[in-house]
Amino acid sequence: MGKYIIRRLWQSVIVILGVTVLAFVTLHLAGDPTYLYVSERAGQEEIEATRQKLGFDRPLPEQYFKFLGGMLQGDLGTSLRARQPALGLILERLPATIELTLFSMLLATLIAIPIGILAALRRGTPLDGGVMLFAMIGQSIPGFWLGIMLILFVGLGLRWLPISGHVPFLQPLFAGDFGTAFGSLPESIRHLILPAVTVGVFSLSRNARLVRSSMLEVLSLEYITTARSKGLREGTIVMRHAFRNALFPLVTILGLEFGFLLSGVVVAETVFSWPGVGRLVFNAINQRDIPLVQAAVVVFSFIFVGLNLLVDIVYAYLDPRIRLS
Amino acid sequence: MATHMDNVNTSAAAAVIRLEETRPNEMSILKRARLSMLKARWPLVALVLLLIILFLAVFGPAIAPRDPNRQDLILRLLPPMSTDRTGEITYVLGTDGMGRDLLSRVIYGTRISIAVGFVAVAVGGILGTTLGMLAGYFGGPLDDIIMRLADIQLAFPFILLTIMMLVVLGPGVANLVLVLGISQWVTYARIARGQTMAQREREYVEAARCLGTPRGRIIFRQILPNILAPIIVIASFNVASVILAEASLSFLGLGVPPTIPTWGGILAESRDQLLGGYWWLAVYPGLAIMLTVLSLNILGDWLRDFLDPRLRGRE
Repeated sequence: MGKYIIRRLWQSVIVILGVTVLAFVTLHLAGDPTYLYVSERAGQEEIEATRQKLGFDRPLPEQYFKFLGGMLQGDLGTSLRARQPALGLILERLPATIELTLFSMLLATLIAIPIGILAALRRGTPLDGGVMLFAMIGQSIPGFWLGIMLILFVGLGLRWLPISGHVPFLQPLFAGDFGTAFGSLPESIRHLILPAVTVGVFSLSRNARLVRSSMLEVLSLEYITTARSKGLREGTIVMRHAFRNALFPLVTILGLEFGFLLSGVVVAETVFSWPGVGRLVFNAINQRDIPLVQAAVVVFSFIFVGLNLLVDIVYAYLDPRIRLS
Repeated sequence: MATHMDNVNTSAAAAVIRLEETRPNEMSILKRARLSMLKARWPLVALVLLLIILFLAVFGPAIAPRDPNRQDLILRLLPPMSTDRTGEITYVLGTDGMGRDLLSRVIYGTRISIAVGFVAVAVGGILGTTLGMLAGYFGGPLDDIIMRLADIQLAFPFILLTIMMLVVLGPGVANLVLVLGISQWVTYARIARGQTMAQREREYVEAARCLGTPRGRIIFRQILPNILAPIIVIASFNVASVILAEASLSFLGLGVPPTIPTWGGILAESRDQLLGGYWWLAVYPGLAIMLTVLSLNILGDWLRDFLDPRLRGRE
């Protein structure tokens, strides 16, 4: 196990280095990045001064190592507009984004598992067909459009749920203010539902199909036939024997899932004016605040790689075949 | 958003491969395809829909009733089926905040989505298949380098890097196609590599080698046709996910410049009008995206089932 963890950690370090190289190279893709930092009317002298101040006149490898060194000390650059450290701006908004991502993931998993199992058990019936059609549409609908439709019809039309705004839960929770956190929890959830559906609909649909297909596969295996011939109740077979093994494929993608949902929050947060990192990135895009976008890419990648590492370790712990291969 | 679907596609394609060799060959493939499609019904509907969409993409300018960029502020925000002052011109889908005809804009948007979808997939598919085949055929350090690059790309949400690249490069069709194409290569590379490794050991390849056939010829003329089926299946899903990605990026203002009507762009503009209740601006372009992507997904599903009957109804 120890050896596996070390190997996997090493791989993560390489990936993180790869990400930093890519993020660094991207900044230089369009030529001298100095021009991003000065106004269009800037004179030659000002451009030259800025270039020197920011170190863009240094050789590229030197710039990269400076970037990497800064990163190790928690310096991800400075936002051009806010003139504040980019990392601080991101961390400030991260709780709202994590709330949204986690809640979407919860929706995508908790709804997908029962309907996937139900569809598998009722294979070939109209119920199965309905679930599959729903899942197919769910995988084809642009998330941000679904968001707009929910705002139009559920929010503005039926007036069931709020279409914007955010009631913090994680922030007071981490601050130790449990009264506020749990007192306003129902309100937090009400505000979360529409954005979370928007973010999670693709995953929900994909997971439902995945659970259904892996359930069908497991149910056709011989040990299930054995269980049946032992005279076990169908409920026991499904829940105790089939279900656990059928969930394995879903567990593997949960780590990827979080990162995938994170990348979906940019559009969803924009649509619902959700005060998270996604909207920060959207505003940064519009203001061409590239250092801030770059910092967000690095932070999201860190989270993504870290979660993958965690999932792989848990998975290897559960399934010895993986760590031994 | 694209890379995620690819993971599912990869396993589906792997299953396609397994049955490739045992499939019965009594009927011609086209005849079997036709029969299978008639039996399944939904794929047929999807195919017809997709053909209509392709037709609109190609002949859009001839079909669109009005110039999609012609503004007329007197005619702004007309609901669907409104007529203008003279009562002669009907705005079937209404007009937008600048009085432009929504139907014409949606029809013109078809071109961009379809073009970006197919070209980006072609870029990613060709790049990935070539690299994957080279890695699989030659093995060794080349294989290591290509596959490590693929691992790195798979290991973090590439859409974020796509966003960053587009911010730096600036919006534009060419940049969009390039960036989306590059973001897709890994899936193809992985499949092509595995397939090539399996084919490399087959007798026909050995025979070609003994005859002194140049390696490039063996790879692209002998092996390639034998590994195309799973790649085509992946590509069909991939066009769908790239169209979704293009719409999201255009919605964020990163895709195609706003002077060219795109589905994502029209949706982005509709956001400002949302609170006014001008629903048609948001409903129709979104429906267009959904129907296109849905038909591609249904067809992709059918194609996969068709190439591997054992998987039918499974996924």
